[in-house]
Amino acid sequence: MKKLWSVFLSTFMLLLMTTPIAFAATEEAPKLDSGDTAWVLVSAALVFIMTPGLGFFYGGMVRSKNVLTTIMHSFFIVGLISVEWIILGYTMAFGDDATGVIPGIIGSLDKIGLAGTAGQIWTGTSIPELAFIIFQCMFAVITPALITGAFAERVKFKAYALFMLLWAIFIYNPMAHMVWGGGKLFELGALDFAGGLVIHILSGVSGLTLCILIGKRRGYGKLPILPHHLPMTVLGAALLWFGWFGFNAGSALGANELAASAFVATQAAAAMATISWVVCEWIQNGKPTILGAASGCIAGLVAITPAAGFVAPMPAVIIGLIAGIVCYFAVAVLKAKLGYDDSLDAFGVHGIGGTWGAIATGLWATTAVNPAGANGLFYGDGNLLTAQIISIIVAYLLGSIGTFILYKIVNAITPFRADEAEEVSGIDIVEHGERAYSQSIMTGESLGIQSDLTKID
Amino acid sequence: MSKMTKIEIITRANKLEELKSALNSIGVEGMTVSQVYGCGLQKGHKEVYRGREYSINLVPKIKLETVVCDVPVEQILSVSQKVLCTDQVGDGKIFVYTIDNAMRIRTGTQGTKAITDDEA
Repeated sequence: MKKLWSVFLSTFMLLLMTTPIAFAATEEAPKLDSGDTAWVLVSAALVFIMTPGLGFFYGGMVRSKNVLTTIMHSFFIVGLISVEWIILGYTMAFGDDATGVIPGIIGSLDKIGLAGTAGQIWTGTSIPELAFIIFQCMFAVITPALITGAFAERVKFKAYALFMLLWAIFIYNPMAHMVWGGGKLFELGALDFAGGLVIHILSGVSGLTLCILIGKRRGYGKLPILPHHLPMTVLGAALLWFGWFGFNAGSALGANELAASAFVATQAAAAMATISWVVCEWIQNGKPTILGAASGCIAGLVAITPAAGFVAPMPAVIIGLIAGIVCYFAVAVLKAKLGYDDSLDAFGVHGIGGTWGAIATGLWATTAVNPAGANGLFYGDGNLLTAQIISIIVAYLLGSIGTFILYKIVNAITPFRADEAEEVSGIDIVEHGERAYSQSIMTGESLGIQSDLTKID
Repeated sequence: MSKMTKIEIITRANKLEELKSALNSIGVEGMTVSQVYGCGLQKGHKEVYRGREYSINLVPKIKLETVVCDVPVEQILSVSQKVLCTDQVGDGKIFVYTIDNAMRIRTGTQGTKAITDDEA
């Protein structure tokens, strides 16, 4: 800690000394734009609501005895990771690369505690660095929350909290630096507009690894383990869809043509995937379901995330179409065949959808939409696709190996898996001492009108 | 003390109102109704969540319980069957038990008087 402070202090001094010179040297100083800043701040708030929304999305799909712990897994992360991000996460992910802790992988720790970020303009944009920080904070928050769907209904809270903190520090922050912060994959030319690699593949693969390590829920495949409140799931999906406009269109970091283009692509893919998932299950099982529609829109949103700022509207529709089909078969067929218990399909939707989206970016990206991007295979350049595939492999390796190591460490400190009695009673009452749905006799529900209660025979 | 009989009717939930008024009309007034799940010849159904199929073989039913002394049991059985029979599996069952004793808690009255209105 002492060393960190000295690093922080010395760099802070350095900043004070060099800043005026830097400004003097620049011919055209970057200017703040109020419209851009407003849009990014609003987008940050939109992305924020996705994490509690995810809690509802997941919460409706578990059994009633585990709904609170499932929502808590998302909600508590908002607190835990926001603080982590302000203290350490931001500087690890977006600190200077050349002077980084591990150049190419972890940025420099200059900006620990957000030191030196006030009054700065974020490079290449017209928004304050603080707006960028809080926007990125919401991304750092939702990513570990996505993982919780994989191990729902069977983990202890203490192990969960410890794992998520370590995961954010040792897996998310380096990956964010590698892709967005000027690190290795950034140099390779991989495109990830709003986080297909960093967020969805990483969390999906980490979720898959964890659910295999932790094991299946007791009674999985024998007892009917059914969603207890689908309207809650649909409400959560609606909040996710709503927030995703900030996630994708906000990633333009300005109120401009690119933001509008990403907004359109987002809606196009989500809408098409809603239809394609429902049609798949309709054909296979004979009924269109609301759970299918809610799952389909999320699959489409996941897939368009890396591509949103690089593809035209019609390719976005195709990306959504395929996302709905691929993710449906991943959760309905592949999961059943392989027999792992990814409770709420964190891998099936985010891992598979994110992989498809990263590949699709390599196919349909075009500089006509975003001059800062690149042309994909269908626009005559195969290099991007290669870069995308290498990035996907890195994300799979980092997600699975990193999660494996962190799981072993956490499990050695405190047991990850809930014991049998806990699982049978439900995690809510044992871990949190609360129940979601009161029972009338116990909580004094009205027992009827006065005359019914006191009537004499 | 004349004989007391408990009738337990497990049947389709949608038949409750019809059954209640039919029983009321032959003099059965007190009853306890609960929501129950059961299975018999009716095999349940399938539900599919995210492509995964679950067989739901416990079917929601209602259970109506009543204890009678004056109303003839045969009449209750025939009236109930008339109301409840749809000729399909899942109409349910009726069980008849002999009751040893009963008590009205408020007054402490025991036997048939506990379940009739005579002494109110």
